[in-house]
Amino acid sequence: MMRAPALVQICIENGNMRIECPHCGDRDHREFEYLGSAKLLERPNGGDAAAYHDYVYLRKNPTGENTELWQHVMGCSAWLHIVRNVTTHEITEVKLARDLKEVAR
Amino acid sequence: MHYSVLQILKNGLTGNKGWKPVWRNPEPKKSYDVVIIGGGGHGLSTAYYLAKTHGIRNIAVLEKGYLGGGNVGRNTTIVRANYLQDGNLEFYSHSLKLWENLEQELNYNVMLSQRGCLMLAHNDGQYDAMAWRGNSNLATGDDAVLMGREDVRKLVPFLNFDDARFPIRGGLLQRTGGTARHDAVAWGYARGADMRGVDLIQNCEVKGFRIEGGKIKGVETSRGYIGAGKVGMSVAGRTSQVAEMAGLRLPIESHVLQAFVTEAVKPVIDNVISFGMGHFYISQSDKGGLVFGGDIDGYNSYSQRGNLPMVEHVAEAAMTLMPMVGKSRMLRSWGGIMDMSMDGSPIIDKTPVAGLYLNGGWCYGGFKATPAAGAAFAHLMATGKKADWATKYNLNRFETGHVIDDEGTGARPNLH
Amino acid sequence: MSRLPSGGLIDRDVSIPFTFDGQTYTAHPGDTLASALLANGVRLMGRSFKYHRPRGVLTAGSEEPNALMEIGVGADRIPNTRATTQEVFNGMVAQSQNRFPKLQADMLAVNDLLSPFLGAGFYYKTFMWPKKFWEAVYEPIIRRAAGLGRLSGHADQSIYEKAWAYCDVLVVGGGPAGLMAALTAAKGGAKVILADEDFVIGGRLNSEQTVVDGKHSQQWAVDVATQLEAMPNVRVMSRTTVTGAYDGGTYGAVERVADHVEDAQGAPTQIFWRIVAKHTILAAGATERPIAFPDNDRPGIMLASAVRTYAHRFGVAAGQRVAVFTNNDDGWRTARDALAAGVTVTALIDTRTDVQPDVDCPTFTGAAVIGTGGRLGIERLSVRTSDGSVQQINADCLAVSGGWNPSLHLTGHMGGKPTWRDDIAAFVPTVGAIPNLVVAGAANGNFSTLGALKEGMVAAKAALKNLGLKQVRPKMPNADDAQDAISPYWHVPDVKGRAWLDFQNDVTVKDIAAAHRENFRSVEHMKRYTTLGMATDQGKLSNMGALAVMAELTGQSIPETGTTIFRPPYTPVQMGTLGAGGAGKGFAPERFTSSHDWAVSRGAAMIEVGLWHRASWFPLNGETHWRQSCDREVDMVRRAVGVCDVSTLGKIDIQGPDAGVFLDRIYTNMFSTLKVGKVRYGLMLREDGMVLDDGTTARMGENHFVMTTTTGAAGPVMSHLEFCAQCLWPELDVKMISVTEQWAQVAVAGPKSRELLAEVIDDVSNESFPFMGCGETSIAGVNGRLFRISFSGELAYELAVPSRYGEALMDELVKRAEAKGGGAYGMEALNVLRIEKGFLTHAEMDGRVTAADLGMSGMMSKKKDFIGKVSSQREGLINPMREQLVGLKPVGPVRQILGGSIMVNVDAEPTRKNMQGHVTSVCYSPTLNGMIALAFVKGGHTRIGQTIRAVDLLRNLDTLVEIVSPQFHDPAGEKLRG
Repeated sequence: MMRAPALVQICIENGNMRIECPHCGDRDHREFEYLGSAKLLERPNGGDAAAYHDYVYLRKNPTGENTELWQHVMGCSAWLHIVRNVTTHEITEVKLARDLKEVAR
Repeated sequence: MHYSVLQILKNGLTGNKGWKPVWRNPEPKKSYDVVIIGGGGHGLSTAYYLAKTHGIRNIAVLEKGYLGGGNVGRNTTIVRANYLQDGNLEFYSHSLKLWENLEQELNYNVMLSQRGCLMLAHNDGQYDAMAWRGNSNLATGDDAVLMGREDVRKLVPFLNFDDARFPIRGGLLQRTGGTARHDAVAWGYARGADMRGVDLIQNCEVKGFRIEGGKIKGVETSRGYIGAGKVGMSVAGRTSQVAEMAGLRLPIESHVLQAFVTEAVKPVIDNVISFGMGHFYISQSDKGGLVFGGDIDGYNSYSQRGNLPMVEHVAEAAMTLMPMVGKSRMLRSWGGIMDMSMDGSPIIDKTPVAGLYLNGGWCYGGFKATPAAGAAFAHLMATGKKADWATKYNLNRFETGHVIDDEGTGARPNLH
Repeated sequence: MSRLPSGGLIDRDVSIPFTFDGQTYTAHPGDTLASALLANGVRLMGRSFKYHRPRGVLTAGSEEPNALMEIGVGADRIPNTRATTQEVFNGMVAQSQNRFPKLQADMLAVNDLLSPFLGAGFYYKTFMWPKKFWEAVYEPIIRRAAGLGRLSGHADQSIYEKAWAYCDVLVVGGGPAGLMAALTAAKGGAKVILADEDFVIGGRLNSEQTVVDGKHSQQWAVDVATQLEAMPNVRVMSRTTVTGAYDGGTYGAVERVADHVEDAQGAPTQIFWRIVAKHTILAAGATERPIAFPDNDRPGIMLASAVRTYAHRFGVAAGQRVAVFTNNDDGWRTARDALAAGVTVTALIDTRTDVQPDVDCPTFTGAAVIGTGGRLGIERLSVRTSDGSVQQINADCLAVSGGWNPSLHLTGHMGGKPTWRDDIAAFVPTVGAIPNLVVAGAANGNFSTLGALKEGMVAAKAALKNLGLKQVRPKMPNADDAQDAISPYWHVPDVKGRAWLDFQNDVTVKDIAAAHRENFRSVEHMKRYTTLGMATDQGKLSNMGALAVMAELTGQSIPETGTTIFRPPYTPVQMGTLGAGGAGKGFAPERFTSSHDWAVSRGAAMIEVGLWHRASWFPLNGETHWRQSCDREVDMVRRAVGVCDVSTLGKIDIQGPDAGVFLDRIYTNMFSTLKVGKVRYGLMLREDGMVLDDGTTARMGENHFVMTTTTGAAGPVMSHLEFCAQCLWPELDVKMISVTEQWAQVAVAGPKSRELLAEVIDDVSNESFPFMGCGETSIAGVNGRLFRISFSGELAYELAVPSRYGEALMDELVKRAEAKGGGAYGMEALNVLRIEKGFLTHAEMDGRVTAADLGMSGMMSKKKDFIGKVSSQREGLINPMREQLVGLKPVGPVRQILGGSIMVNVDAEPTRKNMQGHVTSVCYSPTLNGMIALAFVKGGHTRIGQTIRAVDLLRNLDTLVEIVSPQFHDPAGEKLRG
């Protein structure tokens, strides 16, 4: 008689929609509010109308990893830069947007 | 085959063996005059009107999965024409008129049920805003009735008028609004298109475009290359991906919207009721299930499934607004992927690629738009001109600032 | 009576009375409603949805499609309750449903006679003639017939709760696999939750005659459950159904706390749990499936596993003359068990040819049941034997076993597709369908008791390893290791008559053939066209059979044919439970100002503004209409002094050396140049160029600003500021915090306001506090802040004190105001005052207007960048024919204007194309002695002095109005500055 395949599955260390806030720790996503693409970090200060059209309206809208901005509104108010797969909802990276921006500078 | 009382009787008495396939399963031809990508409600109605109104016969609809498997198969079935902004007003008005004649048009019962759509107002400001909306609807030639609290109580006495969070101030009723049998709409258009020679090709995924000299030549599919004079994209939920294959980047994000149905119970809710402050709306199907929904989950997603916060939120809204549903049981929940455009309104337009057309960005208004969107998209593809009822759904409106923002929430798709 | 003389997990010493359709019966503790009815000889328990066929209980579990009932009376009545899961309690009232007038004689059974015309999808082809008749005639008839049970129509009075739980290992299901998994994980030190939907832990161990670890399986289950309950790291949750798998290891679960008791004594009836688990073991068992054959839906025809459950767990014989129809060895077990219980087995019919049933009863191999007979219940059946002859068999119960379907539903909740296994002719869960979830036991397709125990242990050990906990190896109990042999058999071929697949929705094999014929062949088309699988069991019993029939018709294999997607919830969940906490006021927080109680004690009419409660007006003796109070309050402010609590305005404290620069980028106008001790009105845009909010911001110190926002935009503006500070310009040294709750703020307005304030503040001279001045000061001995700002157009101030002093301040100021001919005023008067002055609220700033629309283009600084600057200059936003803010005054015989009216030119029809704008705010102005309004009118700024109409089609009002400046009152602003 055929037996079921081996059951032991590698446990993936991830949060799917549980967000590891750098300040507050692991929380349900209902504590956070989504803004949109992390592209919104790159405001074209001093740019022209075309640059703002792109910034405000146009989105890559990928099916895989999306880099995006969430705010911990029911927690520390921090804005977070999150890498999330928008098909599986797996979150692979959470950083403070502030830090990211300062490093880039 | 034409459906009639005689057919029903004849077939009923002969074991129902005489019914014919509702559509064929054709093999794709080498090329078509028009290829529509997406066999959802809009794609099928576009094909239908291209064939019927514009006399184009050499048409294919390419569907990745099964016909009607897009958002036409996973919505809350509401039909109404009570929008606010110019652009939407005339479009949905036209759509409702098409709906009202759809059964006769298609010889298929889509079960349009104009049970009335009631939107509730909870304070004076909302009441005035609803009056504005209602006046705009009347000026457009649609119907609207502004109701005070006591009128609302007479219509729907089971709402919580005593201690609901957000008291009921009044409401705006559109009697011609209601529901339709969502799958039947797709099947009815599919049947009508098939009867007019349109090839409906299922399990055929478009993998790329062939574009030469800025003009569309055809599409690469999972079933080989198919040449096309014109190509229309009608792929809600996947619009960004399909458009990207043509090098386009769009003002669209994809979000998941959940919907819910309870076990069937004897009729208790006659109308479609929407509770603005609670982001909740509900109706009861002819089968008896309470069909309801709320806001999108609030984050980009292609997952066709939602999460608990919104599930709980809509149930909580139901409990404050109509606590008599507490002992019904939610039977099933599902999710659909919405093309959330940046102003909450759709796009029916040409693209920078000659011969490539776009119908998308419907947010969660796509179902009620099915007839008018298909008719407008067909008109545009056949004549190169905008249909009278869809002149403002331009792709460049975000550049020019002629946005159509019914909710007034700006470029925040998750707030529309 | 069908109660067996002994056995079962019931307390025979206690009898519980209950009623079904008005007749009184008795049950024992441990009984379900279904077992109690069967014990009392009741077979007819329901009617099907479409054809109203008489139906009895088919299963012994939550998948029951037939025996659905209304339980309880009045507001407590619950429709569609499965008799198979409902525990009987003292005095329980149960009623059958979906029948008229009674279960035994249902008039709608006429549908069954009409069934040739009512097959799958019939309604799409008909009811269209004449055109009007669908909605006028047909639909109302269909609607009346639709639905199963009845809601009471009363507000749900039950108590529900919600809760969170966290664990290392969540075990779903308390059968052999689940118990072994929980025990292993618990012994390894993991924090374990074991949830089982049943009220007795043990799963099939309670339903079979089998031995585990040398004792009866029922005893073993009790012993392990007892052991688990005693462990501090384990929570055993019986009566708890895990209903959905969601992201992040979050599971929804319903605990039925008090559905099974007569008096909940204040306990919630149900609790909705969100269980967050690091690791989950799905051990939900399997569901037996029926075989489709003609008239397979009569009462008395049951799943074989259910027959055994009723016998072993409830001590009930499902019939006195039992026949068994099977395609697998399980059927034999049923026959043997029945014989052992002293029940006559009239036939064992096995579809397989190559088997030798060792059962002491008439056996037929290679045979099939091709029909049944009996009124309101099975009395006989026809068997087509291997040689093709037909035999009639007497039976009052037919036990059917078509094999088992693993309960894999949760693994589909994230879109995972199952995997087909030929050897068991069933779908099993695909590994990895849900992150960090593994499946064990029958849910994984391992149907032997020993196999389930082993898989439970292996799964738990894997979890322990992943959790970094010690690996333990509990003693492996001995148990039966027989895997039943099965030969797939879905429906009896070559027969006449209707063979049911979906019992509740009345979908038969013929309907699937009809769907195939009409090319509804994809699984989704089949389901949607026939309504198969859309009944209350969500297709648990019907999907596989229908798939198999469709596969046969298309010539594809079952896995090629596909599966439908299982959606949450696993079993239906009461709305009251999912919406726990939402009833009444619980849906959203309520916010109260510190003077709320004071205002209520003064008789104020309260209104809700967003989440806030605010005083609307303060009626004095003799005032019976709100307008009387409002007009008086407005007049009072214009002539003397009024006091109003404005604490609901958003207040944001902004500090840091770069605060001024920061505000320059936020607001359209300049703030870095604002002097300390001064206030400035500011307008902020969204990045798309539309107005986000307005308000005043005060510079309290060199590096310290206090911003006010409108009440409604307080949250969004705070979030916007944080976004700008953290995401756009983190290099700016600025911090902000919302202090809306910390400060109570009171407006004091009117020509006598300075005189009034002089009584509580040392120095309120025009020199110390000029118009738009601000500063910290002592207010009646309390350190507070004073702002000379006005939302009424009068000489006015706003005072801020720590919230704890808010009520006292309000009380004190109102008393003093009353002595000067003034008093408190509410929102209605506040609104009139601001309209008279042309000040804005979100009725005007509705998210679609530009600064220019509001006549504020002058506030758009050209010297600096600010949010929204570039986008606000797009062609569509600077068009001079945009709708612009104006005032309106009636000039014709009609003196009334209604809010929400549309604007049309004097001689134009009120059509969409002629619309010139709309009225946003309207009031009766006692100051101007008439109605006035604010409106948006196309090109309005250049049309001042023109006449136009405000038309309300909804309420039939057509008002000739003059377009005027929105500043009706004191346009020069002399009073403000006085």
